[in-house]
Amino acid sequence: MYEILSKFAQTWGLGFFVLMFAVAVAYALWPSNKEKFQAAARWPLDEGEPGDE
Amino acid sequence: MSTLLKRRSSAFASIGSVAAFTSIFAILALLIASHAADPLMGAHAWLFLGLAVAGLLALALWAGSLGDRDPFDQTVYEDTIVKFGVTASMFWGIAGFLVGLIIALQLAFPNIFYFEQLGWTNFGRLRPLHTSAVIFAFGGNVLLATSFYVVQRTCRTRLAGGMWPWFVFWGYNLFIVIAGTGYLMGVTQSKEYAEPEWYADLWLTIVWVAYLLVFLGTIWKRKEPHIYVANWFYLSFIVTIAMLHIVNNLTLPVTLTGSKSYQLFGGVQDALTQWWYGHNAVGFFLTTGFLAIMYYFIPKRVQRPVYSYRLSIVHFWSLIFIYIWAGPHHLHYTALPQWAQTLGMTFSVMLWMPSWGGMINGVMTLSGAWDRLRTDPVVRMMVVALAFYGMSTFEGPLMSVRAVNALSHYTEWGIAHVHSGSMGWVGFISFGALYCATQWLWKRPSLYSLKLVEWHFWLATIGILFYIVAMYFAGILEGLMWRAYNEYGFLEYSFVETVEAKHISYIIRALGGSLYLTGALIMAYNLVRTALGHGAAAEGTRPVDAPAAATLQPAE
Repeated sequence: MYEILSKFAQTWGLGFFVLMFAVAVAYALWPSNKEKFQAAARWPLDEGEPGDE
Repeated sequence: MSTLLKRRSSAFASIGSVAAFTSIFAILALLIASHAADPLMGAHAWLFLGLAVAGLLALALWAGSLGDRDPFDQTVYEDTIVKFGVTASMFWGIAGFLVGLIIALQLAFPNIFYFEQLGWTNFGRLRPLHTSAVIFAFGGNVLLATSFYVVQRTCRTRLAGGMWPWFVFWGYNLFIVIAGTGYLMGVTQSKEYAEPEWYADLWLTIVWVAYLLVFLGTIWKRKEPHIYVANWFYLSFIVTIAMLHIVNNLTLPVTLTGSKSYQLFGGVQDALTQWWYGHNAVGFFLTTGFLAIMYYFIPKRVQRPVYSYRLSIVHFWSLIFIYIWAGPHHLHYTALPQWAQTLGMTFSVMLWMPSWGGMINGVMTLSGAWDRLRTDPVVRMMVVALAFYGMSTFEGPLMSVRAVNALSHYTEWGIAHVHSGSMGWVGFISFGALYCATQWLWKRPSLYSLKLVEWHFWLATIGILFYIVAMYFAGILEGLMWRAYNEYGFLEYSFVETVEAKHISYIIRALGGSLYLTGALIMAYNLVRTALGHGAAAEGTRPVDAPAAATLQPAE
């Protein structure tokens, strides 16, 4: 059992983590997200009112 | 007219549901109180019942005084609960720092601060009181208050759930009272940072689920499709703490009317569960929650955008994916299989990168506003918090390496490490947020006195330095003494000799703690005067800490 689990963790587990990291980096760097993220970076600067866009 | 009626009936539905829910638990408490299997459970049941009834009475009086006013007006943010949270944070902070000072003095002067007749003042009772007061009471209230503040403003909507956020706030603080009084009476399940017994744990679970629903409900109502990064950090804190709390507290009570319970896991499985919980309490309570504070309060205070929003996304996902595996580094050289120890170490070393990525992102947010470090001690406090964060997240991976851990584990080095993280990082970022929140919530042009913030800053900084330098010294000293052999292969020092060698460090540590506490008292005074609108916080005063530089920035 231990052999199976450790083999799974060292191959598929590792692959899954690398993949998740790649997805996060791709999402962060995706060109079409650029504008959205630049706007979000300024959100805290203004408190706004409930209902503001 | 019909919308008014609809709004009123939904307001009363939420008030009524909180009242009904609380009443059920009050009745349960009464049942347990009348059949308590041990006096400790009896005391807690009566305490719970008394506080629940007081809460219900207060709720009824408040609801009766409402008249035609809509208590949950959707066109304004719910700020009163944040004000309560700020006040509770300050109160518990001072209480926790004070108990910390007392136990530091007990260690430094055991002959003076040991009271044989007063069992509840024993170090063993007061130590969990200190750790829980600073982490869960102070830190927890800071997180509740700031999360409610931030989620409303970054989602541009009022807090969801009507009366339920108040259930979360009072329910959480009721848990703190049950936990704290329990430690003094001797109720404990002997798990570090998870000492409260099964019934307190169940109550916290209920409160926490309500917290999650309020937070999610507020995010659900947001106008913008994107969820701001601070909310992701808060959400990971709420969800992960729920998971950790439930799994680490899987216990079987001896009887439903008694305070004692037994763990479902035993031996090394229990130890691993405990430190999976323990380390992730550091990761998801003391780190991600306070990083959320960083990602909102620093940009807002200096009026500069987050340095790199892309980095904040990579920061978030890599941090939460890696942190959860680091726990086994608390169990080096134990019965835990070595591969698990190595796994914990490896993930701890990997954690260095997201930690420093986040720190750099926070510090660099000051780009274009570096002068604020000089002119605004509140900003300086938050940046020094990040410096301590960087220091302790570099030191942590180092200490997780087995060879280093062989020297550092069980020594005062660990105490130095956690206090540079807790007093430096968590404490300072919280102080910064509380200063900001008080000024903004009470809508003051400035704090009552920036000079007093300077005093707080320097007293606390010097206090931390006294504390950690003394404990690093004591830790490495005793670590080396423990492993010293003489020419015949015997241990060179007896245990009491290693204790004797630390005496001076204990005294310096207590001095550092007293400076830190003094700083917090000055802060409380400053916050009260700010809320009252005195001094520079008076209306019509020119703001002394206004971000003048930000308005002069060229267009981006």
